[in-house]
Amino acid sequence: MINNLLWILAQAAQANIEMADALRADGKIYVVVAVVGLIVSLMILYLVRLDKKISLLEKEMSNRKLENQS
Amino acid sequence: MNWWKWLCVVLLMYTVLGGLLFDVPRLGILNESIRNIHFHVPMWFGMIFLFGFSMWHSINYLRKGNPDSDSLAVESVNVGIVFGVAGLVTGMVWARYTWGDWWSGDPKQNASAIGMLIYLAYIVLRGSFDSADQRARICAVFNIFAFFLLIPLLFILPRLTDSLHPGNGGNPGFNSYDLDSRLRSVFYPAVVGWSLLGYWMTISAWRFKKVKQAFESWQIDQHA
Repeated sequence: MINNLLWILAQAAQANIEMADALRADGKIYVVVAVVGLIVSLMILYLVRLDKKISLLEKEMSNRKLENQS
Repeated sequence: MNWWKWLCVVLLMYTVLGGLLFDVPRLGILNESIRNIHFHVPMWFGMIFLFGFSMWHSINYLRKGNPDSDSLAVESVNVGIVFGVAGLVTGMVWARYTWGDWWSGDPKQNASAIGMLIYLAYIVLRGSFDSADQRARICAVFNIFAFFLLIPLLFILPRLTDSLHPGNGGNPGFNSYDLDSRLRSVFYPAVVGWSLLGYWMTISAWRFKKVKQAFESWQIDQHA
């Protein structure tokens, strides 16, 4: 009984805490998700391309070294 | 592309989506900024991971003397500093709107700033040697000390005094809001994802340095 009452009180207290409920309700939060998602994807894409360029250079260097040795 | 790079991409995308969209506990003072746990906090976890990785390579350098260990130690400290600065700056933004000021001299803020200075000193120290061998050995020793200074600075000292930082101020370990399973389901993948990103950046920087050195020695061979 007391536990139930406390639970209800806790729920009521939580509902009073200000959150970005309106932003979620009108769906504009998805705009933010799209923007942040795009930024993170672009940065990762940049890192992936950089990674490939370094791999190419590594191959090129090991080929040149083999030529020098022969 | 290695499997862990894919894992990093997937975890980071999940963090962005889940971190912004999933339901979070409604807590006073923190309000919606509780979501920073998926972005600000993993910066510190990533930094600790990178500095730990760096220390491991420094120990290996002292044991075996492989120059690769030394350069991996430097590159992880470089990326670790980037993560640490990101953690400090994002913490300041949060503090401005939660505590009322960018910098209020909170024990957590001061201790992490000192931690950053110790690692900046490592970078400065590296620049002050002529002999590469001497630099690698002395800096490896400094690096090991730096890591063991960082742990009490970040995890013990702020808990001994009254810090306003969530999860601090006499509370050992994580606070009740961390234990919420809704937060955990994003927070743990976020920590792994951001740490993997730091590792990826470190490895890329290290490979670039290595290829640059190979090119320079090849050039010298051409002229000889």
